[in-house]
Amino acid sequence: MKKIAIFVAIVALLALPYFGNNYIVRLATVMMMYSVLALSWNFIGGMAGYPSFATAAFFGIGAYVGAILQANGIFFGAAWFAAGLIALIFAAIMGRAILHLRGHYFAIASLVMVEVLREVVNTNDQITGGGMGMNIPILKISVEASGMLFYYSMFVVALLTLATASWVYHSKLGFGFRCIQQNEAAANMLGVDSTKYKTIAFSLSAVFVGMAGAIYASWVNYIEPPDVFDIFLTIKPVVMVLLGGMGTVFGPIIGAVAFLALEEIVWRNFLTIHSAVLGLLIVLLVLFLPKGALFFDYRQFFRGRKK
Amino acid sequence: MSENIAQLEIKALTSGYGEIQVLWGIDVGISAGETVCIIGSNGVGKSTLLRTISGIVKLTGGSITLDGVSLNNATPEDVLSAGIVHVPEGRRLFSAMSVRDNLLMGAYLRKDKSAIQDDLEYVYHMFPILAERRRQDAGTLSGGEQQMCAIGRGVMGRPRYLMIDELSLGLAPRAVDLLFEALHNINQSGVAILLVEQDVMNALEFADRAFVVDQGKIIVSGNADEVAANPLVQEAYMGVV
Repeated sequence: MKKIAIFVAIVALLALPYFGNNYIVRLATVMMMYSVLALSWNFIGGMAGYPSFATAAFFGIGAYVGAILQANGIFFGAAWFAAGLIALIFAAIMGRAILHLRGHYFAIASLVMVEVLREVVNTNDQITGGGMGMNIPILKISVEASGMLFYYSMFVVALLTLATASWVYHSKLGFGFRCIQQNEAAANMLGVDSTKYKTIAFSLSAVFVGMAGAIYASWVNYIEPPDVFDIFLTIKPVVMVLLGGMGTVFGPIIGAVAFLALEEIVWRNFLTIHSAVLGLLIVLLVLFLPKGALFFDYRQFFRGRKK
Repeated sequence: MSENIAQLEIKALTSGYGEIQVLWGIDVGISAGETVCIIGSNGVGKSTLLRTISGIVKLTGGSITLDGVSLNNATPEDVLSAGIVHVPEGRRLFSAMSVRDNLLMGAYLRKDKSAIQDDLEYVYHMFPILAERRRQDAGTLSGGEQQMCAIGRGVMGRPRYLMIDELSLGLAPRAVDLLFEALHNINQSGVAILLVEQDVMNALEFADRAFVVDQGKIIVSGNADEVAANPLVQEAYMGVV
């Protein structure tokens, strides 16, 4: 049943650009990107229980690595791949440095990564263009074709992230992550090398985000530090995972789709106060669905609440 | 048993947390298949001793050897692989995971899948209540059941030496009896048991040998009945004046 649903969803998403207009394709590309961010955050935040605020740092690194490589004539596919790799290495090194912190302290340290990187990129204007931003060479294909290219590229990265998430979830690694999330001291005693595992989780939360960042840069053709090191890129995935279900495989995707839908609807109808309305909606959702949509007891809801 | 055939040998061990030294030269030896208890009041370093043996706290001096192999710089994984399993104070279960997953976590480093399954059956046989509640979250168990789960998790690591920190703390007398009986059975299957316990009476009744720790040092040691008869122990821990 589940497999059929996944199969149908994949076929529908593959066929989407042939039926939808440019707006739909653009929205679907954003949906894929959000899914990548949410699924990635889930490795460190949902499974291992470390509230990372570094998503924007990985996204920005990916975007700039991709942009710089492409500006130097590297083929875009190779640049995207390299961007993911650099983000992964960066996360592995930084993880070693900050993953001994817990709770709020870890959150703050990871948040600082975003701020510092933005300033680093801002000041190194020889390589990055600084505050002036950077142009990425435009592909010499039609608007429709490039729309499809970026959609399918994001789609592939999202599928890759989902496959990795599913594999990790069912593997010994995921078991170890969950143990760390629940009781790190006990996990250590039972032979889970928590330092290594946390670093793996943190690196997994970076690699696909880095790729998505690079694809995003090629897609929008122009990036600047406040755009790709945007704190909202850090916050949104957390909200998506909370909406969908922490530590699950499909929760982050459900959350990403739900969040995007809310964002679009609210943006359209409350142009001037959309942030406030969106914030209010999120508060309501977290209050009434504290564990996420996947854990909603539908049967009980329709039967009416019993004491 | 005499100490010169001890296989887990701890000599002049010192250890502590940062600037604070807790253990000031501990000598303890345990032979295969033996039962040993370590008694003493709160804050004298009993738990620190176990934590140092299992590699969670680094020793600052002295030595820990198992069958002549040094464990001085061993990580918790090395210690576990060597066959020494630590059941920590306060159970430390994964409360949002099922009882079965908690037990399986005890075998995390093992690769022999079918033997793991056998051991799981063995634990269920030892504690039938855990079999009944295998799908339940460990956090929903009673204190005694949680301790059973923690010991079962320890057994799942196929220990040769099982170290248990505060078996009876906060548990009903009935549960304590059950747990001691289980420990006895585990010991009968050839596992040496190192028990840290504040319930001095029960501990001395259970163990072959006993060590009394005070202020980071061993002050009395010997066969359990000798230790129980020691006037110092009687006065300090049994309320005999």
